[in-house]
Amino acid sequence: MGKFLHAFFSPLGLRRAVPQIWDGFQTNIKLMVVAELLVLIFALLIAIVRGLPGRSTFPLRALAIGYTDFFRGTPLILVAYVWGFGIPALHAGFISNRSLFQYGIISLTLVYTAYVTEVYRAGIESVHPSQRMAARSLGLTYAQTLRHVVLPQAIRRVVPPLLNDFIGLQKDTAIITVIGVTEALAQAGFYSNDFFLYTGYSVAAVFFVILTIPFARFTDRLIKERERRERAQLV
Amino acid sequence: MTGAEEHFVSLEGVTKRFDELVVLQGIDLTVDLHQVVCLIGASGSGKSTLLRCVNLLEVVDEGTIVVDGETITNGNVDTNALRRKIGIVFQAFNLFPHMTVMQNITLAPRKTRGLSKAEAKTQARDLLARIGLLEKADEYPDRLSGGQQQRVAIARALAMSPTLMLLDEVTSALDPQLVSEVLNLVRELATTGMTMIIATHEMSFAREVADKVCFLDGGMILEEGPPDQIFSSPAEERTREFLARIIEAGRL
Repeated sequence: MGKFLHAFFSPLGLRRAVPQIWDGFQTNIKLMVVAELLVLIFALLIAIVRGLPGRSTFPLRALAIGYTDFFRGTPLILVAYVWGFGIPALHAGFISNRSLFQYGIISLTLVYTAYVTEVYRAGIESVHPSQRMAARSLGLTYAQTLRHVVLPQAIRRVVPPLLNDFIGLQKDTAIITVIGVTEALAQAGFYSNDFFLYTGYSVAAVFFVILTIPFARFTDRLIKERERRERAQLV
Repeated sequence: MTGAEEHFVSLEGVTKRFDELVVLQGIDLTVDLHQVVCLIGASGSGKSTLLRCVNLLEVVDEGTIVVDGETITNGNVDTNALRRKIGIVFQAFNLFPHMTVMQNITLAPRKTRGLSKAEAKTQARDLLARIGLLEKADEYPDRLSGGQQQRVAIARALAMSPTLMLLDEVTSALDPQLVSEVLNLVRELATTGMTMIIATHEMSFAREVADKVCFLDGGMILEEGPPDQIFSSPAEERTREFLARIIEAGRL
């Protein structure tokens, strides 16, 4: 027990570890903020494409379906390897000259956009067809109907599952360490190599938890509020 | 197409199928300007589908529909422009739940007719005053009664200044005590000369406001005529049976 406490929670170790891990954790925060913003935008666009009407848009829809199927099924760590090691090795100019941080962003965005597209799509499909019908019958175009009637209702409904996926994304920023981005987990590794202590991992874990807990509570509150609203509607 | 010019709306041989099911079979119908035409008949007789065909929410399989001198069934018509001229009100209100009453009414005029926010609001306030709901302008639909919601839905359609209104069983989802407030509004529309096609189960109302009543049965107009004729001395056996059932249910 003493050995365990010493390895993971050494008081002296903690003092040294916290600044070092925090140094790396800032990279995690940057990764998640940038990736989440990109995911929000791209996933919405792809979800809209998937819902386009008409036969002529089939190629676009097929492309969107192919994308989501592929990246939802591919492990993030694999995507990260491909971008972090494979693409630079091609020496293909611009695309091979990005920073590791940028490859990390690309990997996270590619994989999580696929998840979040499905979330958006579920939200869009949950809006009753009579809402579209009412909007179209007023002479609004397809795009106006989407913009003013369907999406506002859809997005409101998917905020809780969306935040849930973002908690996943926040944790998965640690995977980007495998391509050599010096984030919290990497710093924890350096620390344990330097001091033969695992305290760095404990500190990193605490950082991640501290970041996700408020997010999780916020999600819970949103779900609860929505339930309350919907019950009120039944009266 | 002869004679189509004289009527504001004319349907000729309109047929609509959903897969194998024939919903409308060779419907011929004319509506003149300022006329109120009521469609009666059992649920599933094709009343709603007929209304939806007129503003192209449904695409007809055969036949032609002419509205205001323009053939709308040949595939060349600007659907959105047509719908701006034709108001439709649904049984289930279909107000936008995430918008206030004011936003519900001003959305389409602002986005499709280029009205400024202020212009649209002024117009909406006039309409709300007319339907007696000015004080509800900033409420969300869920906080209104069914009758109030339906009146807002009518105001929302009127905000587009339509030349034709289609009412699809607008009182069927309402509690009995809320029906009259909606019917009063429709009655007022009729007296102002609005051209309307009304699908309804309110027989005494149809008798009162209609210039012409059409009895639909199995996707066909079985019988049509002035309300007194249809309600007092229907020619068809099916019409008599239908009206007898309505009377039995105490709705005439």
